[in-house]
Amino acid sequence: MKNDLLFDFTVDKTTKTVFITREFDASLSLVWDAFTKPEILDQWVAPKPWLSRTKFMDFKVGGRRFYAMVSPEGQERWAIQKYISISPKTNFKMFNAFADKDENPELPGSEWDYNFSEQNGKTKVIITIYNESLARLEKMIEMGFKEGYALSMKNLEEILATLSQK
Amino acid sequence: MKKDIFQAIADPTRRAILTLIAIQALTPNAMAEKFDMSRQAVSKHIKVLQESELIKPEHSGREIYYHFNPKKMQEIDNWLDQFRRIWQTQFNQLDQVLSTLKKQKK
Repeated sequence: MKNDLLFDFTVDKTTKTVFITREFDASLSLVWDAFTKPEILDQWVAPKPWLSRTKFMDFKVGGRRFYAMVSPEGQERWAIQKYISISPKTNFKMFNAFADKDENPELPGSEWDYNFSEQNGKTKVIITIYNESLARLEKMIEMGFKEGYALSMKNLEEILATLSQK
Repeated sequence: MKKDIFQAIADPTRRAILTLIAIQALTPNAMAEKFDMSRQAVSKHIKVLQESELIKPEHSGREIYYHFNPKKMQEIDNWLDQFRRIWQTQFNQLDQVLSTLKKQKK
């Protein structure tokens, strides 16, 4: 298996902070694009068979991204993000909240801090989520991501199949 | 109503109460004494902790002793693992996208 890529997920329950670290086998500029360009984001942020559909995304300080996770039955779960700060290819921070279909955020949301760094051709992404609540996490899982486990196995199979063809 | 466990442990006094009763079950009076707090203030904290199921009351004669519920903490860790898997799924998908993009660039 190719997945010798670093993956770390920890939660500090007392401070409601989530820490996620993941390494990607790609250059910094490519990974940066994958996190900041809607056409690429929509290709991976929703666990299959869910789809991500970005209605608009204005990646600049003060700009917003409004998008929906769409279930196979066509059910839409909206979320809105607002960019707080951006240092190209290094860091960006945003405020993230679930929303209704009319762009009204469901407060309180959480604050997301993304850090990017490249080393030996691999790019490390460190994500810190502040003020995450159990209720919000619960909602994420309710959002159809329950199947995530079974699906991740399926995705893994697909990846392995692709790799073995090489 | 079930309380958000993050909320329950976000308060330093409640964390201290948990640390204390993890060692030994205590009555509300004993807690009030240890923390130099009013019975009322202690009751409020107990209520939140009990609603989140982090502590359990046990009657002993006229007294109520509160016990720490380690199972609940474990449950939370198990539950959080689902969230971890969601991320894993997403990132595996991103691996695929990145590998496709890399090929396109060549």
